[in-house]
Amino acid sequence: MTLTVDATVDERGVDVALEVAEGETVALLGPNGAGKSTVLSVLAGHLVPDRGRVVLDGRVLTSLGRPGERRTQVAPHDRRVSLLAQEPLLFPHLTVLDNVAFGPRSTGVGRSGSQETARRWLEEVGVADLAGRRPSEISGGQAQRAAVARALAATPSLMLLDEPMAALDVDVAPQLRQTLRRVLAERTVLLVTHDVLDALLLADRVVVLEDGAVVEQGPCAEVLSRPRSTFAARVAGLNMLRGTWRDGAVEVVHGGRSMRVEGIAADPVPGEGEEAVAVFGPSAVSVFLEAPHGSPRNLIEVTLSDLAPHGGQVRVRADTLSADVSVRAVSELDLAPGTRAYFVVKASEVAVYRTR
Amino acid sequence: MGVPRWLFVPALLGAAFVLLPLVAIVARTPWSRFLELITSESSREALALSLRTSATSTLICVLLGVPMAVVLARTSFRGQGILRSLVLLPLVLPPVVGGIALLYTFGRRGLLGETFEVLGLQVAFSTTAVVLAQTFVAMPFLVVSLEGALRSAGRRYEAVAASLGARPTTVFRRVTLPLVLPGLASGAVLAFARSLGEFGATITFAGSLQGITRTLPLEIYLRRETDAEAAVALSLVLVVVAVVVIGFARQSRSAV
Amino acid sequence: MKKTSALAVTALVALAAAACGSGGDESDAGADGGTTTITVFAAASLTSTFEELATDFEAENDGVEIQFNFAGSSDLVAQLQEGAPADVLATADEANMDKATADDLVGTPTLFASNTLEIAVPPGNPAGITSVDDLTADGLNLVLCAPEVPCGAAAEAVAEAADLDLSPVSEEQSVTDVLAKVGTGEADAGLVYVTDVIAAGDDVEGVEVPDDVNAVNLYPVATVAESEEADLAQAFVDLILAPTGQDALADAGFAPAP
Repeated sequence: MTLTVDATVDERGVDVALEVAEGETVALLGPNGAGKSTVLSVLAGHLVPDRGRVVLDGRVLTSLGRPGERRTQVAPHDRRVSLLAQEPLLFPHLTVLDNVAFGPRSTGVGRSGSQETARRWLEEVGVADLAGRRPSEISGGQAQRAAVARALAATPSLMLLDEPMAALDVDVAPQLRQTLRRVLAERTVLLVTHDVLDALLLADRVVVLEDGAVVEQGPCAEVLSRPRSTFAARVAGLNMLRGTWRDGAVEVVHGGRSMRVEGIAADPVPGEGEEAVAVFGPSAVSVFLEAPHGSPRNLIEVTLSDLAPHGGQVRVRADTLSADVSVRAVSELDLAPGTRAYFVVKASEVAVYRTR
Repeated sequence: MGVPRWLFVPALLGAAFVLLPLVAIVARTPWSRFLELITSESSREALALSLRTSATSTLICVLLGVPMAVVLARTSFRGQGILRSLVLLPLVLPPVVGGIALLYTFGRRGLLGETFEVLGLQVAFSTTAVVLAQTFVAMPFLVVSLEGALRSAGRRYEAVAASLGARPTTVFRRVTLPLVLPGLASGAVLAFARSLGEFGATITFAGSLQGITRTLPLEIYLRRETDAEAAVALSLVLVVVAVVVIGFARQSRSAV
Repeated sequence: MKKTSALAVTALVALAAAACGSGGDESDAGADGGTTTITVFAAASLTSTFEELATDFEAENDGVEIQFNFAGSSDLVAQLQEGAPADVLATADEANMDKATADDLVGTPTLFASNTLEIAVPPGNPAGITSVDDLTADGLNLVLCAPEVPCGAAAEAVAEAADLDLSPVSEEQSVTDVLAKVGTGEADAGLVYVTDVIAAGDDVEGVEVPDDVNAVNLYPVATVAESEEADLAQAFVDLILAPTGQDALADAGFAPAP
């Protein structure tokens, strides 16, 4: 393991332990306020945790409140941890080239050597032709590329990315994402993101934070296809009902009503009374105004909260659940926020598994 | 965005209130004797002394005020708020009070005066005293303006610079200072202008002797005793110097 | 040209004052049958004596109040020239009174007191000054008034009479400034009026300047030509010249006018 973090910040209610292997990119997911930025600040050395230990490449960067261990808090500039934020934050008084050369220059490399390194990195991210410009003379996407080059030119042991695409136009983000995928491969990276695409394309592993603690982690595909946390389910665009496994179904309390959700139980099958989740996609859900009779299907009584276009269909939301239905169905059923309806989903479309 | 029309009335009144006295000075200037009055030996010496001492005190303000502003803007410690208020006190203090305070600090019988005496230094009645008085009243202008610039620049660039491996000194030199250069420039200009106009603390603390301690404001005040026209002519010189300084400041700000 | 700009400034100030709604001034009070106020412009060195006399005057003249404007003589005359309202002008020298007379601002002045110079030294006289000759000692911090102001002109006269080459470390704007520098010990000696040394109390000590080299400053007083209370103004001038006034002046260290 190259990076191990175990840190507690009392004021923000954060107590997180996670690891990032050498050359691995880990996506840190979680709702706002879950503690993602706090973790980044602790790693960068800008925030001193109340207790905790941060070790990077065998070097203790932070060790606080550890009995029998020397108190350590390495200064930000000595950590070899580079930070790429939402905004490029290129130094406005320096040219693009000098911005990228800043890292090597600050760590004792000579002027021409630094500039050579900088030029190489600018080429790597595809903006070599902008070397002589000022940050105010280039676009947001170009600036973010230069910022990537600048972070990499400092030869960090760990790269921290804080929603690097969030401030970019939607048509610029995909290209930068491809670039990041290329240059971050083989690097040790911790990536904070809201975007499931970032996680899928850039990360090897996902760590989900909720309320200041890690609630779930694992390979991207696994977490996103079989989420165990509400947040991961939402990120993956899946419906999740959480309950207890009894008599071959998940007993769920939803909307104040107790109900049984049946589905295909994955191995290992949950034990009786164990916590389990039922997960299904919005496209598996049909919407009815009255309870249908017949085939064994799961029936969830809901009040619609929101309708929005979703890729040629309409995504109908009711609290935390959603269903994708055709535009025609919406108009035929006269669906609107406030409409009482039934979400119906076949048991064969529901995946059931243990939460741990 | 529209400005309410009625605002123009008090705005114009305010502008007139500031500008009319300047017009009055120009109107009262004895143009036929103007050149003769402002080129007299005592006038030239007063102007030269004013420019020299103001430049020196501005330099001291920069050397001491920049670190002060950085510490105030970038750190937090117990009693910082109180310290800031105290440091900015000369802004609101009558300059005469400043002069008295300096007298009891650097004067012969002051807190540090005896130490200076032993070292063979006499501050009172020297040009040094003028510079001290000017620095005392001008420093807050530089600190306030620079601290504001530092706060609005934020710490994010500095955080990025540190994450790129730059030591605090490198960050200060290559990131912090260049970012707040406009604020520093306007702070320095304000300090210079305030030094140039300094009167109360100087007359209280430094005394008044041609070529040594009698700066332009003191010369103007003294000339009023015998030759009101000369005082007006010199006032106009001071106004012109101030206008040039402010114009220079505006230009340097828009250039950055 | 001069008149118009002065007018413009006055108009602006008047406008502002009117906008502030400050209505009541002394003429209103007089019309009410309340108090009548006369304004006396007097040299700063007369402060304590005149305030004392004003108390007497107000006691004798029911409903009359004296308002003072104490300042340097040249400031007083300059203010009168700019049209400041006053009833009596008393200066510390004849030169400034002459300026007022020349502009027909005042009636015929009368000399009412004289003042001579004295060496002021810090308490304990650390530099050991015993005579005017000591004022030329090397390394001595001597502070004078600037030649432009009356006490400075007087100091120059003393230096000339005693044939001394004085090199002051500072030429101050006013007697107050000289006294402050001597009183705080910054200066070893200063030349000020006898009355100032007395008024300064324990702050400074006095060393006499012999009569044969001393400068005599004459204090003239006059009523202001445009006074609206000419009778009261004359009455106050009379009080200064009467034994009561002369005694009070003598107490403060003034000598009688020749």
